[in-house]
Amino acid sequence: MIPELGHFALVLAFLLAIAQSILPLVGAARRDPRLMATARPAAEGQMLFIALAFAALTWSFVTSDFSVAVVAHNSHSTKPLLYQIAGVWGNHEGSLLLWVSILAVFGLSVAWFGGNLPPPLKARVLAVQGMIAVGFIAFMLFASNPFARLLPAPPDGEGLNPILQDPGLAMHPPMLYLGYVGFSMAFSFAVAALIEGKVDAAWARWVRPWTLAAWVALTLGIALGSHWAYYTLGWGGWWYWDPVENASLMPWLSGTALLHSAIVVEKRDALKSWTILLAIATFALSLIGTFLVRSGVLTSVHSFAVDPARGMFILGLLVATIGGSLTLFAIRAPTLQGGGLFAPISREGGLVLNNLLLAVACATVLGGTLYPLLLDLIGGGTVSVGAPYFDRTFGPLMALLAVALPVGPMLAWKRGDLAGALGRLWAALLAAAAAFAIGWWIRGGPLPALCGLALGGWLLVGSLVELVERLRPGRGLGQAWQRARSLPRAAYGMTLAHAGLAVAILGITGASAWKGEVIRIMHPGESVSLAGVDYRFDGVEPAVGANYRVERGRFTASRDGRTIAVLTPERRFYPVQQQTTTGAALHTTLLNDLYAVLGEPDGKGGWTVRIYDQPLVPLLWIGFLIMALGGVVSLSDRRLRVGAPQRARRAAALPAAAPP
Amino acid sequence: MSRPAPMSPLARRLLYLLPVLAFAALAAWLALALRPDRDPSLLPSAMIGKPAPAFDLPALLPERPGVSSQDLKGKVVLLNFFASWCVPCRAEQPVLMRIAAEEKLPIYGIAYKDKPEAARAFLAELGNPFGRLAVDESGRTAIDFGLYGVPETYVIDKTGVIRFRHVGPLDPETLARTVLPLVAELGK
Repeated sequence: MIPELGHFALVLAFLLAIAQSILPLVGAARRDPRLMATARPAAEGQMLFIALAFAALTWSFVTSDFSVAVVAHNSHSTKPLLYQIAGVWGNHEGSLLLWVSILAVFGLSVAWFGGNLPPPLKARVLAVQGMIAVGFIAFMLFASNPFARLLPAPPDGEGLNPILQDPGLAMHPPMLYLGYVGFSMAFSFAVAALIEGKVDAAWARWVRPWTLAAWVALTLGIALGSHWAYYTLGWGGWWYWDPVENASLMPWLSGTALLHSAIVVEKRDALKSWTILLAIATFALSLIGTFLVRSGVLTSVHSFAVDPARGMFILGLLVATIGGSLTLFAIRAPTLQGGGLFAPISREGGLVLNNLLLAVACATVLGGTLYPLLLDLIGGGTVSVGAPYFDRTFGPLMALLAVALPVGPMLAWKRGDLAGALGRLWAALLAAAAAFAIGWWIRGGPLPALCGLALGGWLLVGSLVELVERLRPGRGLGQAWQRARSLPRAAYGMTLAHAGLAVAILGITGASAWKGEVIRIMHPGESVSLAGVDYRFDGVEPAVGANYRVERGRFTASRDGRTIAVLTPERRFYPVQQQTTTGAALHTTLLNDLYAVLGEPDGKGGWTVRIYDQPLVPLLWIGFLIMALGGVVSLSDRRLRVGAPQRARRAAALPAAAPP
Repeated sequence: MSRPAPMSPLARRLLYLLPVLAFAALAAWLALALRPDRDPSLLPSAMIGKPAPAFDLPALLPERPGVSSQDLKGKVVLLNFFASWCVPCRAEQPVLMRIAAEEKLPIYGIAYKDKPEAARAFLAELGNPFGRLAVDESGRTAIDFGLYGVPETYVIDKTGVIRFRHVGPLDPETLARTVLPLVAELGK
C-alpha cells in the first residue's frame, strides 16, 4: 500500500512540476502577479509530495518490503539500519528520487527565502527549476519507477553491494547530489536571466550563495569519494581518472570558474556572457555525468544501469535542457551589454586567466573521458585514456593556476601593478624556496615533486600575505585587530579556500612522488621494513560482523624498536552476495599515513600483504576540508548581511539586500 | 587601454552559436553510442589481421601430434582454446565434434592452464575433435594470442594470419553464419 502511495505522490509532484514550469513563466511574461505567485505553492506542493514519495521508499527499505523490486534487488534483511537507509539511494531508481528530492529542496528554498528577488526573476527561476523536475520525474515515472513491484515477492533480497556498505560511501551520493543539483540553481538563474535579457550585478549577487553552497557540497562529495577509494579499495591510490570520477571533477572545475566569474559580474559588471555560459556548462556537465553512468555507454566501476533505452531518455533530457539553454544563449547573449573596461593586468584580468585555465582544464578532462567512446564509434579501435594523459595535460594547467593564484588578489581592479604585486609577495617566494629546500634535504628529488612542494608553499603563504596586507599591521596592531574583526567573512573564506588548495597540492605531490610500496607473502611472525618503519605480521584472526565474516590481520608497526601503531586490515566475506572486500588499515600522523592491506591467503599459512608508506597524503583530505570550510565561511557572510538589512552601507551602489 | 576593434555583428552571432553546435555534435555522437548492437564491454581482439604468434606446444595425447605455429600454415585452420575446468567448454564440445565429422576443416585444440591428466579425462568423456592437440600449462601462448578466457576459437588462414576470434562457446548459429562462410572464402 505504501509504495503505491509513494508512486501516486510522485505523479502528483509531476503534475505540480508541469504547472510550476508553465504558469509562472507566463505570469512573468505578462507581468501578472497572480500567475507569478503560483510558483511558490507549486514548489511547496512539489516538495511535499516528493518528500512523501521518498519517505515511502525509505519505509519500504527499512521494513525490508521485498515486494518492491528495487528493495528486492538491493537490500537484505540482515543489513544494518544505516545501510538499509543508505540503500535507498544506492541504486539507480532510488538515487534518482534523491536527485529530485534535492531539486525540490532547492526550489523551495528560493520560493521561501528569495524574498529579495524581483518577482519576475523569481518566477522564471522557479519555472526553470520546475522544467528540470518535469524531466527527471518523467524519467522516473516512465523508465525507472522506484515503486515497481516484484511479485511474487522473494523471501529475501539480493543485498547491497558490499563495497557500498561503508559510512563514507553512504554519505557520498547525497553530498555529490547536493552539488550537482545545487548547480541547477545557477543554471535556472542563468536561463531566467537570458529570458529576461538582463544580467547585472544584482543577479550575480543572488546567484553566488547557491553556487557556493553547491560547490562546498561537491568538494566534500569528491573528497568523501576519493577518501573512500583510498581506504576501501586498497590499491594505495586515491584517484584513478575513472570516467565517473571525471564526471564529478568537471562540474567542480566549471563551478569554481563560475564562482570567480560571478565576482567580476558583481563588482565590475563585466564577463557576463562568460558567467552565463559557465552556469549553463556546469549544470550541463552534471547532466552529462548522469548520462555517462546510467546509460551504459561506458563500462565503469560506478555504472548504475546498463540500459540503452534509459540512456536514450536521458539523452533526450540532455538535448532538451542543454540544447535549449545553449540555443537561448546563442540568441540572447549577444544582446547583453558589457560593462566595465579593464586592463589585461588587473584583478579582472587575473580572474579571466583563472577562468581560462579552469575551462581549458575542464575541456581536457572532458576530452580524455569521451575520447575512447568517440574513437570507438568511428571505428578507430578501443583505447583507454588514463593517468599518463591526464598527468601531462591537467597537471601543468593546474600548476600554472597555482602560480598565478596568489598574484591575482594582490592586483587592483581595472588596472593593476604586476611588479608591485610580485614584490609584495616576497614572503611567498621565500616560502617556495624553503619548501623546495626542505624537500630536497629530506628526499633529494625528483625535481617535479620538489617543484610541487614549492608551489604549495608559494600558494599557502601567498594567500596569507594577501590577508595580512588587508589588515595593514604596519599602522599598529590595535588597528589591525579592528580591521580583522570588521573584515567581511568572504575575505576569510577566500583565504581559507586558497590555502586549502595549497595544502591539497602538498598532499598530491606526496602521493604522486614519494609513495613507498612493498608487496610480500608473509607468514605470522615475519617482519618487513619500509621507509624506516618495521611491520611485524602477527597473524590473522577470524571474527563475525553484522552480515559478514571477517579475517582480521594484525600488524605491529615500530620504528627503532618503539611501537608506533597496530594496524588491523580486514578481509570481509559477505555470504549473501558471495563477495569479498578488502579494507586497508591506516595509521595517520597527519603528515604521513601507514597503510596496510591484507590480500589473499596462499593456502600454505602465508598471506599476500601490501604495505604502503604515504607521505603527505593526509594533507590531501585536510586540504579539501579547509577548502570546503572556506566556502562555508564565505556563505555565512551573506547571512550577516541579511540579518542587518537596514544598516547604511557606504557601498550602497549595489543593492544592500541579498538572499541567504 | 583601448577597447579592441569590435567584432562584426555576424561574427559575434556565429561565435555565440559555437557552444550549441558543439553540443549538437556531441549529442549526435552519444546517440550513436546508444545503438543496441553496441556492447561497450566487448573488447575486440587486437590480433585480428596479425600473424599468429610463434609457439610450439607439447602433445597432450600420444596419438595426436602437438601444435606449433608452423602447423597453422598452408591451410585454413580452426584453433580452439579449452580447459577441463571450464564449464562452457563442455557445452561447446558437441559442436566441435560435429565440425570434425562433417566439415573438411581441421580443428586444433590447446588445453589452457590445465593439468594434462584432467584435459585427457575431459576429452575421453566428451569426445576428441582435434586433429592436433597440445597443452599450454603456463598460459604464455594464450597471452600471446590475447586470450582472456576459455573457450575461445580462432580462424587462421593459410598464411597463418588470425582472421576471426569467437569468445565463448561456439554455438551453431555463429558457426553457420560467420565461421563457415569465412572459412569457405579463405579457402579459395
